[in-house]
Amino acid sequence: MPLNQALVGKEYPPVRYEVGREKLREFAVALGETDPIYHEEEAARAAGHPDLPAVPTFPIVLSFRAGQVVYGDPALGLDYSRVVHGEQEFVYHRPIHAGDRLLAAGKVAAVEAKGRHELLTLQTEVTTEAGEPVCTVRATLLSRGTAAPREAAG
Amino acid sequence: MSQRRDPGQARPGEQLPQVAETIERLDLIRYAGASGDFNPIHWNDEVARAVGLPGVIAHGMYSMGVAARMIAGWAGDPGAVRRLRVRFSAMIEPGQTLTAKGEVAEVDGNRVVVRFHAEDEKGNKVLSKGEADLDL
Repeated sequence: MPLNQALVGKEYPPVRYEVGREKLREFAVALGETDPIYHEEEAARAAGHPDLPAVPTFPIVLSFRAGQVVYGDPALGLDYSRVVHGEQEFVYHRPIHAGDRLLAAGKVAAVEAKGRHELLTLQTEVTTEAGEPVCTVRATLLSRGTAAPREAAG
Repeated sequence: MSQRRDPGQARPGEQLPQVAETIERLDLIRYAGASGDFNPIHWNDEVARAVGLPGVIAHGMYSMGVAARMIAGWAGDPGAVRRLRVRFSAMIEPGQTLTAKGEVAEVDGNRVVVRFHAEDEKGNKVLSKGEADLDL
């Protein structure tokens, strides 16, 4: 069944996320990142960071949580088992550090048919609790085989 | 200790030091736990085969994370990365080696654009159209 076009532009309530040092270390380890600035507070401070910094793709953790709110909306009609990750973009407004208290709000940015498939773009705005922009995360997902069938050519 | 790269030394065409990772199933399980993405196609062969895959495949975001290591490592500071984008163009399975490769495309004052991709051992592009905007 096709995705619900009427939801394009819909913004969902934000999820809260408190950035912990151990989570940042765990995420860095999972990617094989051994630079001490991601693991040792002294190394991070010596490099000018107020605390341990996040690796660049860390906001995906927040986007994933915000996405669960969006994908879980029955009105959208998304079958997650048909989904393949097509493209990913991060636009950084401010670095993320341990101790940050953030909000991540998901939005259906676009739904478009591409042959038999559909492309769904989830945009997540990550901000501080005070509303300062931190990161804009765009995930383009391919929903396989859900486009409305075209009229048979006469 | 990492230090932010001097943009005055960057030249279009400069190759970034490559980053390579041989992917083990354990890496995907670890990444699932760290990221919160527990989709079973990344750790359960039965589920992966049931949806038409050859077996478990790496998370696209695992591959992007390895490529981002190359970018931030070369920049010398994760705070220098202003924008990062990729297209996921092929899957990669455990047992294969992922290699991230990048090149400086533009230098304009402090602003540097890097184009990059990541490939498997056969040269198939796992990540394509990679672009990173840096503020050095």
